[in-house]
Amino acid sequence: MSPTPPRLALTGIVKRYGATLANDEVALSVAPGEIHALLGENGAGKSTLMKIVYGVVAPDAGEIAWDGRPVAIADPNAARRLGIGMVFQHFSLFETLTVAENIALGLGSTRPLEALAAEIRQVAARYGLAVDPGRHVHHLSVGERQRIEILRCLLQQPRLLILDEPTSVLTPQEVEGLFAMLRRLAAEGCSVLYISHKLEEIRALCSAATVLRAGRVAARCDPRAETAESLAEMMIGGRVVRTTRAARQPGPPCLVVDRLTLAPEEPFGTTLRDIALELRAGEILGIAGVAGNGQAELLAALAGERRSAAARIALDGRPVGHLGPAARRARGLAFIPEERLGRGAIADYSLAENALLTRLDARTAPRGLLDPGAVRALATRLIARFGVRAAGIAARGRSLSGGNMQKFIVGREIDAGPRVLLAAHPTWGVDIGAAVAIHQALLDLAAAGAGILVVSEDLDELLGLADRIAVLAGGRLSPPVPVAETGAEAIGLLMGSAPGDAQRMADAAAA
Amino acid sequence: MPLRLEARPEPSRAMLWLSPVLAAVLAAAGGGLVFAALGYDPLVALRTLFLDPLSTLDGLTELGLKATPLLLCAIGIAVAVQAGLWNIGAEGQLTMGAIAGGGIALAFGGEGHWWILPAMLLAGAAGGAAWAAIPALLKTRFHAHEILTTLMLSYVAVQFLGWLVHGPWIDPEGFNFPQSRMFEADALLPVLVEGTRLHAGVLLALLAVPLAWALLARTVAGYRLRTIGLAPRAARYAGFSAARGTWLGLCLAGALAGLAGLCEAAGPVGQLQPLMSPGYGFAAIIVAFLGRLQPFGILLAALLMALIYLGGEQLQVSMQLPIAATGTIQGMLLFFLLASDVFIDRRLVRVARRHA
Repeated sequence: MSPTPPRLALTGIVKRYGATLANDEVALSVAPGEIHALLGENGAGKSTLMKIVYGVVAPDAGEIAWDGRPVAIADPNAARRLGIGMVFQHFSLFETLTVAENIALGLGSTRPLEALAAEIRQVAARYGLAVDPGRHVHHLSVGERQRIEILRCLLQQPRLLILDEPTSVLTPQEVEGLFAMLRRLAAEGCSVLYISHKLEEIRALCSAATVLRAGRVAARCDPRAETAESLAEMMIGGRVVRTTRAARQPGPPCLVVDRLTLAPEEPFGTTLRDIALELRAGEILGIAGVAGNGQAELLAALAGERRSAAARIALDGRPVGHLGPAARRARGLAFIPEERLGRGAIADYSLAENALLTRLDARTAPRGLLDPGAVRALATRLIARFGVRAAGIAARGRSLSGGNMQKFIVGREIDAGPRVLLAAHPTWGVDIGAAVAIHQALLDLAAAGAGILVVSEDLDELLGLADRIAVLAGGRLSPPVPVAETGAEAIGLLMGSAPGDAQRMADAAAA
Repeated sequence: MPLRLEARPEPSRAMLWLSPVLAAVLAAAGGGLVFAALGYDPLVALRTLFLDPLSTLDGLTELGLKATPLLLCAIGIAVAVQAGLWNIGAEGQLTMGAIAGGGIALAFGGEGHWWILPAMLLAGAAGGAAWAAIPALLKTRFHAHEILTTLMLSYVAVQFLGWLVHGPWIDPEGFNFPQSRMFEADALLPVLVEGTRLHAGVLLALLAVPLAWALLARTVAGYRLRTIGLAPRAARYAGFSAARGTWLGLCLAGALAGLAGLCEAAGPVGQLQPLMSPGYGFAAIIVAFLGRLQPFGILLAALLMALIYLGGEQLQVSMQLPIAATGTIQGMLLFFLLASDVFIDRRLVRVARRHA
């Protein structure tokens, strides 16, 4: 038994939402100065547990001990008074305010901004966080924004820092910087609770791990003594199926973009500059880069939601830049968008109605009239062919888990038999089983001769899937490199030029 | 024990259809309280309002007569709302429909042409659609919100009709009353039940119910409209034009409201007067939501709202209650409907005690 009590000890935590037990008798103990990983698939109960620790939701049963004393954490203010800081996955920053102003708002500080700025600089320097307190947030990259959130916590001298999926938006180099900072913080005695599903990172950073599965603690381990594979098996409670890829011979170009330049539609959007790419039949081309560097804009332009001059984009040799999404779909283009509900599918629609979204054709809707039998047959086929777990074709979109909704959308687009498939973050927030199924479906489609363009922030995904990878940074696309000749480090360097910097350099050059 | 509203995991389908029934019962109860406070016997007043009109053939045909414009306007509003368009201006579109169709009656009536009534119906629908096309243009061109433009254009339409019947279209033999000539027989909708005012317009309204259902549930155009209304980003992803949806949704709503106006002019009124409707276009908004934006639900809701209009008239006649009684009941109906609708997505739960 350790002489010092754990910084945080949870015992018997239960939280029920309706019929589902989000947390079932969960116990978790974090020692002072320990970097502790909380592992689990989506829906395993990680977020609920962290919300309980941070005082956002109250548990139905269970006890929380802080430095050995039982405590009740009524709200986030109480959590912060204890010394708990939390960096959420989604930031809450005001775009139009400066770094210092944002931090002052977050702290509820009434001190003069100059004094606060000085302290920000001091803390930032101590932990190696490059942040200028006077800059406006809308100029900053995602990595820089995360540093503001972390600084906001550090200024309160936390004794436990919780980070929720912090590296999903960072380049490999930024991840290294973050880890160095966290190790330094831990060495000073601050505990860290690190939520992630990136197993290699956890093995590199954490000295203890608690694995959640379906609301219960499935395992406790020292991740340094495990392999990524054994950690994954603890998470899903079974063996991990691997994807198989057939040898592919790239065919003729099926999607060609020629010097596409497009101003953004929205304020704070990214201008696409001089984009050139060539996707070949049977090939998977990966587009890496941190979100906000023009990914959404590029996909909208390729899918037809944004129009351009006809000759800028060619599908199978024919100009399509001037065509809308439906016309491009009729010519063999399919698109798996980033957001599932609200864009790729509709929460209030049944699966039958959702199947129809991109599949209105002579079979499902002859002469403008829907054929309910054909629509039902289509939805039934998609569910069976792609192993979608749902209550049936009448199930509403909102009732499916993220992974199953994504399998349905991916299946709907692949089932259309596209010549070219655009896939945006195809496995984002999806459980391991669904991710493997989706990757396999994409590999099979490429093997059947379609060209696939995958945009993802997950470098591991792209390295495993793509034949060639290009990097989108600041609205510019690098020339693609074959995956066999590159690695995470080289791609990370290309991603590293922060969007703001590239944008500013380009703006300065244009002025 | 304190209570708290909590989000349901799934919207309650039972509550979706129970809510209008609950609203109707609560509005009746609220009406009873108001009548009692005014010094009338609430039971007698409620019987006069809700039951007496249904006890005679005359009452039943009047019910169908009043339900006709409500039904037509409400179906149009519901189609538009399903497409995400808030058409508050059915009253104005109704008025323009009466003007356009009535103009044909005044110009060509009495000549015995077989095409006069069909032409009037077409002109009525076209007049309403044209009036609704203005907000559609303003929305697609300038992003002007249709809630404001449709509502404001309603007043313009009513003023325009007022100018017509005070000026160019005034009946020269009408002792200077602000109204047009009576329509000739060939420009009037045929009466269905001898000795009553129930006219063929009610058949058009009844026909609109299954047609609107088929449009929304069974056609590509209806699927596109619903998608645009539910999830504009999904519609954009699918390639459904939001602008085309705006034009179709508003013009269809306008056409149905215009048809309602023409049916009033060529039906019970028989001429153009400064006011063609006692607020049917606005009451139809309540009807549309009371009927859950579904054509068959709207049929029931339109009958209930017609009953309130009819019973309100009875109250004026037999109990000397002011006409505001009708408006009060309508307002309470909407109020209680909105309150009950809260429970479709939420439920009341007892606040659990925080852990010990």
